Parts: sequence; structure tokens; C-alpha cells
Amino acid sequence: MSEKLIELLMSWGINERLATSQVEYLAGYTVPFAIWETIYTTVLATLFAYVIGLPLGIILVTGEKAGIRPLPAALMKVLNTIVNLLRSVPFLILMVCVAPLSRLIVGTSIGTVASIVPLTLAAAPFVARVVESSLREMDRGVIEAAQSMGCSPWEIVTKVMLPECRPSLITGLTTATITILSYGAMAGTIGGGGLGAMALLRGHGRQETVVLYIAVIFLVVLVQIIQSIGTAVAVKTDRRIQHTQTKRRKGK
Amino acid sequence: MAEPIIRLTGLTKHFGGGENEVAALNDINIEIQRGEIFGVIGLSGAGKSTLVRCINLLERPTTGSVVVDGKEMTALSPKELRQARKSIGMIFQGFNLLMQRTALDNICFPMELAGKPRKEAVARARELLEIVDLASKENAYPAQLSGGQKQRIAIARTLAMDPQVLLCDEATSALDPKTTRDILRLIQDINKRLGITVVVITHEMKVIEEICSRVAILDHGNLAETGTVEEVFASPKSEAGRRLVYPDGVPYEMLRQEAHTARVIRVAFNGGTAYQPLIASLAIDCGVKANILGADTRNIDGRAFGTMLLGLPEDETQVAKAMAYIRSQKDITVEEVPDYHE
Repeated sequence: MSEKLIELLMSWGINERLATSQVEYLAGYTVPFAIWETIYTTVLATLFAYVIGLPLGIILVTGEKAGIRPLPAALMKVLNTIVNLLRSVPFLILMVCVAPLSRLIVGTSIGTVASIVPLTLAAAPFVARVVESSLREMDRGVIEAAQSMGCSPWEIVTKVMLPECRPSLITGLTTATITILSYGAMAGTIGGGGLGAMALLRGHGRQETVVLYIAVIFLVVLVQIIQSIGTAVAVKTDRRIQHTQTKRRKGK
Repeated sequence: MAEPIIRLTGLTKHFGGGENEVAALNDINIEIQRGEIFGVIGLSGAGKSTLVRCINLLERPTTGSVVVDGKEMTALSPKELRQARKSIGMIFQGFNLLMQRTALDNICFPMELAGKPRKEAVARARELLEIVDLASKENAYPAQLSGGQKQRIAIARTLAMDPQVLLCDEATSALDPKTTRDILRLIQDINKRLGITVVVITHEMKVIEEICSRVAILDHGNLAETGTVEEVFASPKSEAGRRLVYPDGVPYEMLRQEAHTARVIRVAFNGGTAYQPLIASLAIDCGVKANILGADTRNIDGRAFGTMLLGLPEDETQVAKAMAYIRSQKDITVEEVPDYHE
């Protein structure tokens, strides 16, 4: 089996050494493992990024002067500055800079688990902005109606803003997940695993073009899957467009 | 008279600060009695919406006192204020339903806030759907409902709070005339059956006419006049009142009394130059102060066509002088209207 593959690769003009090393590399279940590592890193980093970014995004909207629970202008300024600052540092630089923090939190500054720390830190402010922009779509009138019914700020957030903005928040989650997935690909440089590292270190570093393409193809497939699921869920759960959908179906 | 349920005293509201400060409301004093339907009317920008938002403190007044059901609203803590708001329902021009909840769940919303068990809430919501005549729509989402249906759901939602007061902020302004009438009937019905005091904010005289017992006219943030709807309709005392009651112009009869005008003449423009300042020349050249009672003139290619009704003082010589002057103008004819009535 592997001999045939080596022959095939050689027939494409790849020299024997490279053909052999690539086939041997791929035969070791490296691709499924890399996919698993990518998913695991992405999911965990997205989760942690939301743990920080979701409340932050909510505060960015509710805390401003005309918001439902205004906070001191100075505090808002500080939060905004921190978010902008973290967003403006290139991910590669950030990854190197937070190495001590990773060591503090997960005990090491290299490897797949360690890469989750800079990923979270880079993605949280991004998530905060994504959440912020979703919540800004909220109809002020509905918030006013909730206030007129005696809703507390907490009730407005949990029972009005978040449920009403659900479709947009899901779309945002999809964007954030894909962004984190692509950031994660860079984590290979600090010894993180996954498809990104595979493409970068083996594919690009050792000129193993077949490995490179396979890694990239799987990344593309993953992104496609995430995007399709995200869009489908956002549309399906949006009660505002259900009306037109049923109408269209009837019209056919 | 019994203690009013809503009493606004010396209410002012300013927006912005410093040089950009705008006075939205100026020293408003209104008392609304328990169980009545009280209308507040004014043109857009008159401060109606701000006024109604001051009642449940969605807008905090700059100065003045707001007493609702014996409670001084401006003195309440945020928590007490939220509690007080639960007995003041409000419906809006834009309905403001929760778009991601069904009709039934929208009505359940205030009961959910109050911590009512789901089962009881659903039962009560079904009753309310019955009252607003939409029992068949309990599982519909707002996007599937018409404007009138949405407003009915919004009304049912406020009724779920068992309010003492219902504030309607241009609640029918987005609806067609027939739906408007149906919604007004419903509000009236609720007022009668449940004894809920209703405050209606509108720019349409029709709405006031239809359901209100008393009305306040708001003009540029000032309270122009208050009275029973009959009083205000029969003889609006303020300029703003007259503009609202007679949007197409005040009947000549009334203006005649008002301006002490004794004689009315009709001037017809038959295509003379439109740049001829007739009224001004009358005043300057003849010393006759004419009062324009009504005019329907248009300028076609710089030439004036149409008629104008002028009120002249009683003095016989002045009238003769004016008539002679106007007759001497080119392309203008004039006749006296002996006994003008609208």
C-alpha cells in the first residue's frame, strides 16, 4: 500500500526521500490526530474567550452613558482601551509575549495546551467586540418596554437582550470560532499541534507539499462545516424570518 | 374631587446641557383622575412622548414632582421604582414585542418577571388572549402578526401586570383607520371593564374625540390648555388648541370676533404679478389694517391666481378707502361678503 503511494508521489515528480518521508508521516494517523488537536484547541479557546468576552461585550453596551446600567465614563474608557490594545497586537507577537502567563496558568509555555492561553487572550477582546455589535442591533424600544414593565438591568440582559439578539450572537460565535481556528494554525510556532502546525512545520518547513495540501484542505473543510452549521442554526432559530420562509414555501 | 391617580406638578424636562440645552417640557401641571381616559395631544415635537415617559420615569424630570397612586416617583430607589412601574402599563407606537417569543410567551413575560409559576401564567395569558380577541394566535411569532394584532398582544402583555394605569404612546399612529378604531374600542373597553386609568398620547384629534373624557394640549413643551374634550372642542382657548381643532383654518366667524373684524371682503387675483405686495400696500398707502381670514392663491409663472378673504375694521371710510384702492390695482377684483358664515 505505502509503496504504491510512494510510487504515485514519485510519478508526480517528488523525489524518493520526500515521497517516503511524507507517506510514512501520513501513515501514522497524524492527520486524524491533527484534526482532533485543532478542534480541541479551537473549542476550548473559543469557550474561554467567551467566558471573558461575553460579559465584557455586554458591559461595553450596557455600561455606556445611554446604556441600561451606566458605569463611570473612566472605567468604560479603560475597558475600551484594553480591548483595542489587545486587538492591535499581532497574534504572533502576543503569543510570544504571554509565554510567562501560559507557564503560570498551565505550567508550560510550549505545546498544544499552552497555545490555548494566548489564543484565549487574543480572541477575548475580539469576541467582546463581536458581542457588542450584536447587542447594538437591539431595538431600543423593546428595552424601553421591558423597563416600563419593571425589568432590572440584569433581567433586561438575560431575558431581553441575549434572547432577542440570539441569531446575531450565533452568527458572531461562528465568525469568532473560525477566527480562533485560523489563529490556532499559527500556534504551531510555539509547539502547538493541529492542522496549522502540520502545514507550517512539516509542509512548509520540510517542503512536504503533499502534507501541506492535505492539512490546508482539512482546514478549509473544517471552516466550511463550522460556517454552514452556524448559519443554519442562526437562521433556523430566528423567529423574525420564519414568517417569510413559510410564505415562500407556500408560494412554491 | 377624589385624590387624582396621577399628579404632575411643576414638571420640567431639559435635554442636553450648557449651550445646547433644550427645554422639552416647561412647568407642566396636570391631574388625572382615577378611571378616566385622559388625552394629551400636540404636534410632533411638542413634548408628548417626553411627558408620558416622565410618568413612569423612563425619563427623569429635571424638576417637579410626579405622584402616581400616592407615590412620589422621583423619590423612589431604583428597586422601588421598578416595583412601582409594574402597576403602570405602557404600549407604544412600535409595539415593542419580543420578536423571538410567541404571542403567548410575550404575554407571559411580565408574569415571569413577577415569578408566577409557568402553569398559572399560561392560563392567565390564555384568558388575556381571549380578551384581546386573539385566542387563535397564541403560538404565532410577532413577525407573523399584523400591526393591529401586535398591538393587541402588547395590550394583553401590559394587562398581565394588572396595572392601575395604562399609558398609550401614539399606540395607534402606525395603524390604519379601521384598526385604529378597533384598538381604541379595546382600550375603552378595558377602561370600563377593569377600571384602569388610561393616558393617551396622540397627535390625532380623532383619537381624543373617540375615547377621551379630558384632554391636555401641549405646545412646544408648554401646557396650552386642559379641559373636557367637549369644552376644548367647542371653543379652544389657546392658539395651539385652535390649530389642532381646526387644522384647515379657523372658521371665519370665530376669527371675526377675535380680531374685531366687522367687514369681510373677497379679493380675487386674476393673473396679475405675484410680486405685488397688496396687503402691505393697503397698510402703508391707505393705513388700513387688513386681516387675512383665508386664502387660496397660487403662483403660476409669477402670476397670482385665486381668492383671498380679508377682514377689515368697521370704520366705513376705511372700508371704502380699501375697496377703492384694491379696485385700482390691475387684475384684481373685489367684492364685499355681506354676512359671512362658514
